[in-house]
Amino acid sequence: MSTLEIKDLHVSIETEQGEKEILKGVTLTINTGETHAIMGPNGSGKSTLASTIAGHPRYTVTSGSITLDGEDVLEMSVDERAKAGLFLAMQYPVEVPGVTMTNFLRTAKTAIDGEAPKLRTWTKDVKEAFSKLKIDADFAGRNVNEGFSGGEKKRVEILQLELFKPKFAILDETDSGLDVDALKIVSEGVNRAQDENEMGTLLITHYTRILRYIKPQFVHVFVDGHVAEQGGPELADRLEEEGYDRYLNVKA
Amino acid sequence: MSETTTHIPDEKVRIGAPSIPGFTEEGEDLSPINDNDNSPLGGASTKAHSHGGGVETPDSSRAGRLTSTNVEDFAKLTGREEDWRFTPLKRLLGLHSEDLTGAAPKVELTGNDIAQLSVISAEDSLNGVAHTPDDRVSANAWKFASQTQVVTIPKNAEGANASLRITGESLVPAAQHLIIVAEENSEATVILDHVGSAVLAQNVEFDVRANARLTVVSLQAWEDDAVHASSQQAVVAQGASFKHIAVSFGGDLVRVNPSARFAGERAEIELYGLYFADAGQHLEHRLFVDHAVPNCKSNVLYKGALQGKDAHTVWVGDVLIQKAAVGTDSYEANRNLVLTDGARADSVPNLEIETGLIDGAGHASTTGRFDDEHLFYLMARGIDEKTARRLVVRGFLNEIVQQIGDEALQERLTETIEEELAATEN
Ligand SMILES: Nc1ncnc2c1ncn2[C@@H]1O[C@H](COP(=O)(O)OP(=O)(O)O)[C@@H](O)[C@H]1O
Ligand SMILES: [Mg+2]
Repeated sequence: MSTLEIKDLHVSIETEQGEKEILKGVTLTINTGETHAIMGPNGSGKSTLASTIAGHPRYTVTSGSITLDGEDVLEMSVDERAKAGLFLAMQYPVEVPGVTMTNFLRTAKTAIDGEAPKLRTWTKDVKEAFSKLKIDADFAGRNVNEGFSGGEKKRVEILQLELFKPKFAILDETDSGLDVDALKIVSEGVNRAQDENEMGTLLITHYTRILRYIKPQFVHVFVDGHVAEQGGPELADRLEEEGYDRYLNVKA
Repeated sequence: MSETTTHIPDEKVRIGAPSIPGFTEEGEDLSPINDNDNSPLGGASTKAHSHGGGVETPDSSRAGRLTSTNVEDFAKLTGREEDWRFTPLKRLLGLHSEDLTGAAPKVELTGNDIAQLSVISAEDSLNGVAHTPDDRVSANAWKFASQTQVVTIPKNAEGANASLRITGESLVPAAQHLIIVAEENSEATVILDHVGSAVLAQNVEFDVRANARLTVVSLQAWEDDAVHASSQQAVVAQGASFKHIAVSFGGDLVRVNPSARFAGERAEIELYGLYFADAGQHLEHRLFVDHAVPNCKSNVLYKGALQGKDAHTVWVGDVLIQKAAVGTDSYEANRNLVLTDGARADSVPNLEIETGLIDGAGHASTTGRFDDEHLFYLMARGIDEKTARRLVVRGFLNEIVQQIGDEALQERLTETIEEELAATEN
């Protein structure tokens, strides 16, 4: 079992008005095999948390810690974090010019595993992953995310999740912008990865819709840069009915 | 990245030029690259000049460009001319203004012995078979080239392979004249492999006769101090196909102007290019495809990568579809990838269409930037920074490398791209 531990994390960004604190003391522990939902209103800092775990240079950790099985994640470069088993499915996946999906997937797989995948099985794995996520095989020859629709980009993130087999996946609003069919396909992909690899999941979402397909054991309500309440799946049901007003009112 | 595509308007249009910064319908503003302080016209917009002796039509069209073998027909350059406004004239080291008395780079032919290399005098009537200088440097080269080297691909030859190693050995301004004749129904690949150090004004003619298939790779692999202005003109006869690939990465200033003119129907012209500019380098490509006859096809694709302070690339693509050229199918595109701050890519597609009766015509120009977000995405998938950068550049340029066909050369280019990338990392 592996553990991803976030302790009293404070994160700031540089803005034109100077430094702005976005995360104000986040504490969270996830073990492999567990699914945690992080739910919160827009602007509460969910993407900031996700990007900070992945090591985006825009975010500065001012205090607190992130460790993976006791190893200091904050000391690792972005690629080292991926190699250590962290995966971020991005809210807005980037279009990368000049790099085909095929080339990208093989290069990333080689980097993460530290050795090139066996060609025969790899080709087969990639094909299967494409078809399970109902991504047209033509996409293999296209440049990474270039000209993909919002929904296609999200599927391609989950495709990578299945192929790279991380210990922990952070899914940043993977559900937003998906229709019901696509939501099902994507959720099934996440569930497969959990079953096959004992993956731990941090499921960031604004809506409860995806929780019908991916069942969390833990729900954390995220408001204004910190966890305002935590509980089991029943907390999500309550949010479904009441929305976030209760937390926002408390604050006001 | 943004893209524009244009389709068949029903009367003559000129697309592209007016949208460039500093350029208006009337002409261009002062070039920011060449200082014009001693000019009486300082600040006023200007047009290309033409003087007696040459052929001329109205100068709003590419067809109106002055052509002449006599250098005196061309006005002294100021840097404000439309076709020189991006070129830092000082760095031409006199190619446009001085006597070109240096020794021409040495030419050595290797390959599979089908092609023949011969030398003709400057008076031989073969000179000019495909070429008439259309700028001052080209005309200056015409004047000073004392002889012409001719590569002939015999009639019906198949699989001819000719590599011309063109080695510069001095920085005294020099002129050179080459002619490649692809006789009827021949098939050949010719490589012009420019290496060493030179300050060279060069004219290269391609006479592509009926049903011939000629592939040319002009490789500018010069040392850092080289200056090279090359005008490469092709005339493509009925049923023939001409594929030209310009590859530029070495030299201080390189300006290659490939142009190709259809002389018979059902012919095809493909112009490809690949360039990789480092800090301080100026790499310019100005091409021209002249559809003067019906039912021909042309395709243009140039891709360039830039890195380092003051790396500058210029791409100008003129495609002219004349009134007679009904049934034309034509497309041109230029794509640039800027890898670091401080580099500048100018890209100007000009499509002139004088007839509505064409199959298609379009142009595209994109300049993308490899930025921190791309890098973050790739690194978040375990790929280290160095590999990420290589992945992007290699992938981007590969589309052109694949067009080359010659395996050894393809390999050499791939290696060169790796070296260029390694240079940024240090
Ligand atoms: N580059 C930025 N400049 C200024 N404010 C930013 C920037 N990026 C994020 N923020 C602010 O940080 C807060 C958290 O944003 P984010 O983490 O994207 O929230 P969420 O993902 O929960 O919607 C928001 O108030 C947002 O406006
Ligand atoms: Mg967000």
